[in-house]
Amino acid sequence: MIYLHSLGVFTAVVTLLTIFLLLAEKYLADYGICEVSINSGERIFEIDGGGTLLSALSENEIFIPSACGGKGTCGYCKLAILSGGGQVLPTERPYLSRREIRSNLRLACQVKVKEELELHIPEELLNVKLYKSEVSSSRDLTYDIKEVCFSLLEPNQITFRSGQYAQVLAPGPDGEVFRAYSISSPINVSDSVELNVRLIPGGIASTYLHKLKVGDPVTFTGPFGEWRLSEDPESELICVGGGVGMAPMKSIVYSLYHRWPQRVCWFFFGCRGTDDIFYLDEFRELQAKHPNFHLYYALSDMKRGQEWDGEKGFIHLAVDKYLEPGTKRQAFLCGPPLMIEAVTAILHEKGLSNAEIFYDKFD
Amino acid sequence: MSEIHPLVILLAAVLTNNILLSNFLGLCSFLACGKQLDTAFGLGAAVTFVTVCTTIINYLIYHQLLLPMGLEHLQFIIFIAVIAGFVQLVEMVVERFSPSLYYHLGIFLPLITVNCAILGASLFMIIREYSFWQSAAWGLGAGLGWALAICLIAGIQQRLRFSSVPKPLAGLAITMIITGLMALAFMGFTGMAKIQ
Repeated sequence: MIYLHSLGVFTAVVTLLTIFLLLAEKYLADYGICEVSINSGERIFEIDGGGTLLSALSENEIFIPSACGGKGTCGYCKLAILSGGGQVLPTERPYLSRREIRSNLRLACQVKVKEELELHIPEELLNVKLYKSEVSSSRDLTYDIKEVCFSLLEPNQITFRSGQYAQVLAPGPDGEVFRAYSISSPINVSDSVELNVRLIPGGIASTYLHKLKVGDPVTFTGPFGEWRLSEDPESELICVGGGVGMAPMKSIVYSLYHRWPQRVCWFFFGCRGTDDIFYLDEFRELQAKHPNFHLYYALSDMKRGQEWDGEKGFIHLAVDKYLEPGTKRQAFLCGPPLMIEAVTAILHEKGLSNAEIFYDKFD
Repeated sequence: MSEIHPLVILLAAVLTNNILLSNFLGLCSFLACGKQLDTAFGLGAAVTFVTVCTTIINYLIYHQLLLPMGLEHLQFIIFIAVIAGFVQLVEMVVERFSPSLYYHLGIFLPLITVNCAILGASLFMIIREYSFWQSAAWGLGAGLGWALAICLIAGIQQRLRFSSVPKPLAGLAITMIITGLMALAFMGFTGMAKIQ
């Protein structure tokens, strides 16, 4: 009997507290309708106050990049709040530099909408859309990397720049999460999107993407990213990738030769052993058609019994070996942090400035 | 039931039986937030407010509900639930009416939920069999005592920044030593009033 009483009393107290809190929230956290104005009135919407800015924006189909799903741990959802929004919160400080704070940047996932807000969002992000698609193909590239292709359903066209990425919506144990993947298909293909996905043990999105079958529905937002290819046909391109850092490079190389068959491109790809090599045959085919395409794969950690007659050692050594300094160039790097640092140092020696080097570090 | 005047209990809770310096309860937020005097003051005020209110609510729940039904064993879980709920309420009120205080306390407010000094105050009230007014005084005193301690350490730490602390002792270590010294100093008050 005492157990029953205990349980009853405990439930009653907790229920009362909950009801009380819900009532309090209804009256206390009611900030009324707030107006949010974007890019000096270019777009205006009204929303019930109290929620975060990030969710308010996504309800109004403005998709700000966010990899952590609004937990305030990735620092991607930065945007400028020109008026309203209060002071920078302690939870935002670690992700904002002094300069960014001075130019009114905030993390959209931490700012709550409590009053009228005036925002500045780059034009590009306003073009980001939510795409519904279905898997059109999925194949193994290596033992842990898959190439997954989605054909677009709604909207059925996408325009993006090479090197940009999409955020795939994946079901996780604590609700849906967005994860960023670089688009590997060339920009002249506008009705589908291709990704290279490495299976990370325990990874929410990579496990989900690896299990997808042809015909499965997939939702993603995009395109995001700051990479810009030089339009100057004289400028040479350097692409350095490691592992799934292949994806943006494949998009860049194929888009480049689709538009400028004569342009010079140096492509360096680092892997460990021969079982990590992929897309080599496709690139050799491309090389046969375009003599200005220079292709180097380097293996750093070959296992016993593997044979390879190409470059050996880490990829930055190959970059150092083949590039002559003094040409006008632009570089795109994608891979693990150590690779990026090593290659950036070499590129500086070869005369490239930071503005000419674009990179994406895997953290 | 003890026959001590509530005012004596109030004074004793602040000085002779300071919940932080004699029982070492609520040390985590004491160490985390005792660096800036204004933050310490804000947090101290919030803790005082929550302690007073929760001891009163918990007193009523215990004596009106749990004791008559013979459910004293539920005190821990119920007290914690009440404290957690009440902190949520305080957080909403502060966010609504004092954005600047909310900004300063921001992430520390939810910390109050797990401040053991607050649960400790409620439990001591039961153990020492206080009456209603004694409990209220005890809650207020415990909160004020905690606030006093954190304000003192914040003041000391602000000055400490200009002194050259031996490197191995810098940071938390010196704070712990200072807390110990403060506890020793407060022990000097023992004997002025006895409440247990």
